[in-house]
Amino acid sequence: MPKVTMSVNGRQVSGECEDRTLLVHFLRENLGLTGTHVGCDTSQCGACVVHVDGLAVKSCTMLAAQADGSNVTTIEGLAKGDELHPMQAAFREHHGLQCGFCTPGMIMAGIDIVNRKGGPNLDEKTVREELEGNICRCTGYHNIVKAILDANAKMSGAQAAE
Amino acid sequence: MGADGLGQRVLRKEDRRFITGKSRYTDDIAVARATHAVFVRSPYAHARIRNIDASEALAMPGVHAVLTGKDFAEDKLGSLICGWMIHSKDGTPMKVGAHPSIAADTVKHVGDQVAVVIADTREQARDAAEKVAVDYEELPAVIDPVKAMEPGAPQIHPEAPNNHIFTWPIGDEAATDAAFKDAAHVVKIDVVNNRLIPNAIEPRAALAVYDEAEESYTLYNTTQNPHVARLVLSAFVGVAPEHKLRVVGPDVGGGFGSKIYVYPEETVCLWASKKVGRPVRWTAERTESFLTDAHARDHVTHAEMAFDADHRIIGFKVNTIANIGAYMQIFSSVTPTYLYGTLLSGQYDMKNIYCEVTAVYTNTNCVDAYRGAGRPEATYLLERLIEKAAREMGVDRVELRRKNFIKSFPHQTPVIMNYDSGDFDALIEKALELADYKGLPARKEEAKTRGKLRGLGFSTYIEACGLAPSAAVGSLGAGVGQWESAEVRVNPTGNVEVLTGSHSHGQGHETVFAQLIADRLGIGVENVQIVHGDTDKVQFGMGTYGSRSGPVGLNAIHKALEKVEAKAKKIAAHLMEAAEDDIVIEGGKLKVAGTDKELSFGEVSLAAYTAHNLPQGIEPGLKEGAFYDPINFTFPSGCHVCEVEVDPDTGHTEIVKFTAVDDFGNIMNPMIVEGQVHGGLTQGIGQAMFEGCIYDKETGQLLTGSYMDYCMPRAADVPSYTLGHSTTVCPSNPLGLKGCGEAGAIGSPPSVINAIIDATGSDNIAMPATPERVWRAIHG
Ligand code: FES
Ligand code: FES
Repeated sequence: MPKVTMSVNGRQVSGECEDRTLLVHFLRENLGLTGTHVGCDTSQCGACVVHVDGLAVKSCTMLAAQADGSNVTTIEGLAKGDELHPMQAAFREHHGLQCGFCTPGMIMAGIDIVNRKGGPNLDEKTVREELEGNICRCTGYHNIVKAILDANAKMSGAQAAE
Repeated sequence: MGADGLGQRVLRKEDRRFITGKSRYTDDIAVARATHAVFVRSPYAHARIRNIDASEALAMPGVHAVLTGKDFAEDKLGSLICGWMIHSKDGTPMKVGAHPSIAADTVKHVGDQVAVVIADTREQARDAAEKVAVDYEELPAVIDPVKAMEPGAPQIHPEAPNNHIFTWPIGDEAATDAAFKDAAHVVKIDVVNNRLIPNAIEPRAALAVYDEAEESYTLYNTTQNPHVARLVLSAFVGVAPEHKLRVVGPDVGGGFGSKIYVYPEETVCLWASKKVGRPVRWTAERTESFLTDAHARDHVTHAEMAFDADHRIIGFKVNTIANIGAYMQIFSSVTPTYLYGTLLSGQYDMKNIYCEVTAVYTNTNCVDAYRGAGRPEATYLLERLIEKAAREMGVDRVELRRKNFIKSFPHQTPVIMNYDSGDFDALIEKALELADYKGLPARKEEAKTRGKLRGLGFSTYIEACGLAPSAAVGSLGAGVGQWESAEVRVNPTGNVEVLTGSHSHGQGHETVFAQLIADRLGIGVENVQIVHGDTDKVQFGMGTYGSRSGPVGLNAIHKALEKVEAKAKKIAAHLMEAAEDDIVIEGGKLKVAGTDKELSFGEVSLAAYTAHNLPQGIEPGLKEGAFYDPINFTFPSGCHVCEVEVDPDTGHTEIVKFTAVDDFGNIMNPMIVEGQVHGGLTQGIGQAMFEGCIYDKETGQLLTGSYMDYCMPRAADVPSYTLGHSTTVCPSNPLGLKGCGEAGAIGSPPSVINAIIDATGSDNIAMPATPERVWRAIHG
């Protein structure tokens, strides 16, 4: 079986897997990082979103082998010790999750939205449109949208201060 | 009380694990030596299994076993059950066909399981499953419930001739007929309540572990009620004895009813784990979820309403055909009957109702309770009809509702329910204001200038939740009681564990339940641990469905807490040398009234456990359990107002504003209640505008078998909601709670459709109101 090597949440990891192994299964099964979830088999739900080299990717749509040599960040890699990422904090603050199953993918997608479109002009309509690839069955999105907008304010505020 | 107390927007205790990826859902649980199960499923809607040849599959790498329905039958395991007996109009009991966990002779819907492959890895099991050769003799199938009852239709179960399960009546037929004779106006409607697929984002999963040393079983399962699952698996399916079976519902990623049931897959995994001597894991792919998670709704109804000259409702006649699918499930008999017919009064004072529901088997997946269960169907029918009546009679739709509202409580309806509280005028009043109803004509005019059709639709609802009381549901045919259990353990160090039979799959119990304890015992929510979802830890429970965690589950905790407080008072009185009657509990302290003497709960619990100085006859320790059996259902109610803009060129509908005003009785945590409403509204809007489960009418193939074909509401499809509350305290339980989990999905669908009708002027609109349907309605 081929061997893949990548940096996951800042740690160099490698493992053997079949050619057909998807990145999400490599993360969950080989690395035990079960925070990334699988909600569908057609790349529609977004429960599996992680960042690969800084971009949001549906990890059910990428082979582990394709991620060979890249930098992967999963939900487990966001908080610095006890300190939550502003997007994580905002989801809690605004009750942006209920069952929590879509949440890792939503948070990873939310960060990506802010990275690409963030700043003073990010509005509700854009956030809603940008969430096109993520389904939540519990929250009705109302509080997720609020959380992303709030995290945007905090993240871009922080960026401006840097 | 302090910041963690009742009625406060306390942030959720449980969130940290979910937002950091540390939660543990069934598929995340690792056990050594686990194997993987993959099911072989029928590609036909109806077929006889002639032969299954597993030899090639068995020879493949990693494969441990291929098990079939024959193996299951040889081990004398039982059928899955329906939990509620319904009798037909003529007194005969409903006709229930067998529901084997693996089909042995015939398959009855696409996706029915015919074999299971157990292998070392999921991929190996999947590869081998493709090599299981099943020889089918295809049989004619029937998909449409009306056709299923016609003479000569394919027969699905020998027990149910003409596929007829029951025809259940409620109300007074003669009195209703008589009322229609006096009618000044009769309004008629035909509606279809479209079939839905629940789609919890976490797919169903099971991990079964047989322990040879103990001869015991553990099942980790995506379940909303682990104890009931254990009961069904042991007492009816017979796969393991109850005292040797532990069922754990760990973090569960949404249920909405679809995880109430005991499904074939978990039965099979438990059974197989002993057979292969290894833990067995199964996780559904989304397509399997579409094929096999219990579907919902699917009613065809004709109804007529009679009004007198003053526009008062004098009679209501309803005829409903309910498609049950290929097998009965746990609640599939009660959903279209006692959860539907009994709510046909809605918020209106009507003396005469007669309703008949006919339940029918078809070659489709099972249909059962899903968020709202029966009540969305009743509300949709009633609220479409009321608006139609207002249009036909040329009266104002708000005035017509108001004129017919129930004004005093308790109110006995003609269909069993005794509404204990409500204030429907207050709800509609507040909704009119929040939705700026007065400004509607101006907004319509303005929209016209942009070429858009603007419309507004109302819906009012009342629902019965917190299913109750046990004796009453028993007399109506229920197979179980409807109480809840709880245990409150104050530890020697003063923190508290609460064991509850309620199950959280996103509702925030860890926070809300802890708020009650924090409020009463004067500690922070972080000092309260809620233990749930594990039959080895909690003695018994009925789980969570039908919005029962608040009105039933929380009241059980309250009852246990009262016992704890009573004992603590005795101990405190003894320690402070005061009379027991003089002890008051205030701000979490036990005080001697009129003095400055006081003890904290922690001090009293330490004394209870050291037991050095207890009053005569008092046992050491401070923990109490209680079972709470409700005295009545609770009756949340509300008024929902949807405003839409339709583009006449494309038929595209946009919800520009959605206002929901609800009465949930007392509210423990407004943040969580609002979240429940947001989610419910979105599911209801999904039903109204996007979602619909479609089978090919001839072949019974599921055409909406993935997220490519089944349209789930996404963030850009729904608005940010405007919510309001108008509260009447529930008099039927000590905490005054009514339940809030389903309201959104019940109230919203008719308001959306009524809005589109208002905008387009055509009432030829069916759910889901897709752009094509709306366009056709406009352009005839
Ligand atoms: S699991 Fe990747 S998009 Fe659904
Ligand atoms: S929180 Fe449950 S699916 Fe989003």
